[in-house]
Amino acid sequence: MTDTPAPRHIPDRLDKPLSSAIFSWEALLVVVAIAIFAINSFASPYFLDPWSLSDLTFNFTEKALIAFAMALLIISGEIDLSVAAIIALASTMMGMAVQAGAGTPVLVAIGILVGLGCGAFNGLLVTRLGLPSIVVTIGTMSLFRGIAFIILGDQAYKGYPASFAFFGQGYVWWVVSFELVLFAVAAIIYWFVLHRTSFGRRVFAIGNNSIAAQFSGVRVDRIKFILFCLTGLMSGIASVLITSRLGSTRPSIAQGYELEAITMVVLGGVSILGGAGSILGVVLAAFIMGLVTFGLGLLNVPGIVMSIFIGLLLIIVIALPILWRRLRGGR
Amino acid sequence: MKAFLKYREIWLLAAIAVLIGLISTRFPGFADPANLRQVFNDTSILMILALGQMVVILTRSIDLSMASNLCFTGMVVAMLNAALPAIPIPLLIVVALLVGLVLGAINGFLVWRLNIPSIVVTLGTLTIYRGATFVISGGAWVNADQMSPDFIGFQRAAFLGIPVLSWIALLVIALFFLLMTRTALGRSIYAIGVNPTASVYAGIDVGRTKFVVFCISGMIGGLAGYLWISRYVIASVEVANGYELNIIAACVIGGISIAGGIGSVGGAVLGALFLGIISNALPVINISPFWQMAISGSAIILAVVLNARGERRQGRIILKKAETA
Repeated sequence: MTDTPAPRHIPDRLDKPLSSAIFSWEALLVVVAIAIFAINSFASPYFLDPWSLSDLTFNFTEKALIAFAMALLIISGEIDLSVAAIIALASTMMGMAVQAGAGTPVLVAIGILVGLGCGAFNGLLVTRLGLPSIVVTIGTMSLFRGIAFIILGDQAYKGYPASFAFFGQGYVWWVVSFELVLFAVAAIIYWFVLHRTSFGRRVFAIGNNSIAAQFSGVRVDRIKFILFCLTGLMSGIASVLITSRLGSTRPSIAQGYELEAITMVVLGGVSILGGAGSILGVVLAAFIMGLVTFGLGLLNVPGIVMSIFIGLLLIIVIALPILWRRLRGGR
Repeated sequence: MKAFLKYREIWLLAAIAVLIGLISTRFPGFADPANLRQVFNDTSILMILALGQMVVILTRSIDLSMASNLCFTGMVVAMLNAALPAIPIPLLIVVALLVGLVLGAINGFLVWRLNIPSIVVTLGTLTIYRGATFVISGGAWVNADQMSPDFIGFQRAAFLGIPVLSWIALLVIALFFLLMTRTALGRSIYAIGVNPTASVYAGIDVGRTKFVVFCISGMIGGLAGYLWISRYVIASVEVANGYELNIIAACVIGGISIAGGIGSVGGAVLGALFLGIISNALPVINISPFWQMAISGSAIILAVVLNARGERRQGRIILKKAETA
């Protein structure tokens, strides 16, 4: 028997020096968030009030729920532009169920299942037929919302049961809304899945090099399919929340949400090319977008002007580190 | 004959012919030349926009800000016209082209110099340009009665029996055809889409070409801005909201690969016509216009499925040749 050398210990992850944490994307986002928070507090006397801050969270919770799943999808190198259309279709189906006399538990189940079904449809088209997700989901975006328009036309569904209102309007404790609790729980789950499980590792592997991942035994298509289903599922959940909050369904519900969710993901430091990103970043980006829109709202700035700030924020936050690196690199 | 059938455009043309045939069974007047001319005129703006988007997509980029650019530029020329009706229309069109050019150049600069992916840049400018429309107009509309008769009438005037709007579309199609088939820039655009790395070795400045491409799509957005506003005679912040996806849909149906490098002027034009025919036909065959969105969505998905099959077959043939060699 020859002596085999003891297996060398390979650390699961490299020790990061403190400086890398300080110069990380998340740190930049924290600074931006604190700055906007401070500006808001000075700009409006109504800002630093528990109920104001609670209202603020409604600005981002629904979109952030989608953004978590979208983050995983974008990290894996795919994208889903149909999320807002899924919200519209799920909401329409819930509205139909209400007309048929369905109760709250059935409504919630329908909303979530329709979302899941739409996500699975996207996932099948992308993974089974090998189509580019950006085009597929532009198509399904028209299709899903189109079905909502066919069913509803210029009408609206109303008359949701009173108990259904809890999801979008209810509070769990004092100023802590149900939506905020759901946001926190989802953030923790997605953080755990992406950063602490082998599934999350595989998502990163696919995003960095899907062919290498395939040869390493990662079931690329199956994981992508699961991610599309997750995105659909989260859109279904968001649909329940929005429908409950608004108390009515129109086919134009949640128009433009897909771009806001993607903005949130990209602002959160997820590479649009795939392979990099963190849930903490998305959480911070959600807060920042909520702070900006709510703060400007308190100052009576119209929504369309707020969107300028969001757009500028997106480009500036992405451009800053590139410029910074270039200046330091002396180029 | 086989080589002839390989062209995607032939199949698309056949699909359009079948579509017109089907519509004619329900509404015989549809295939009438006069009506088809009308459909062409109605689709002119979408065709122009699809061509602008095409050159961007060919270089593996995307311009989501075209509809917002259209909205902003349209508002600028409408306000100019309302304030100074004396400005001649050709000069206003030049203004529209220049304003669009500036907006496109901003996109192009960010993509070229800062290396930010185009989808991120134009996602940002999509909201910024539309927001800027609100800022310059203060949220007010410019209505038909504030526009000069020339402003509204220019594109409607008939020349050789065809409206000026259609002539502009034909001119733009001709220019893009020359650009893509007869110029070095056109070849570079295809080369970048097929293989960016090889393009660099071939001496193509990839970044600068992308900048130029965004300038082109910007100018097209600006031109379409004037045409849109003078056609629908209202300028507001809501103009063409969400239309960026229709433009991309026209390209996709026209067989332009979102992965870059594959696509033609004919494809983009036919893709736009396909959507235009559907939106024109629905009211005359008594289908609620609410169906349009779902139909174009299905058409997009179908087009992608068919295009993907065509591309895959090409790939296989190349592999077989390599095996036998």
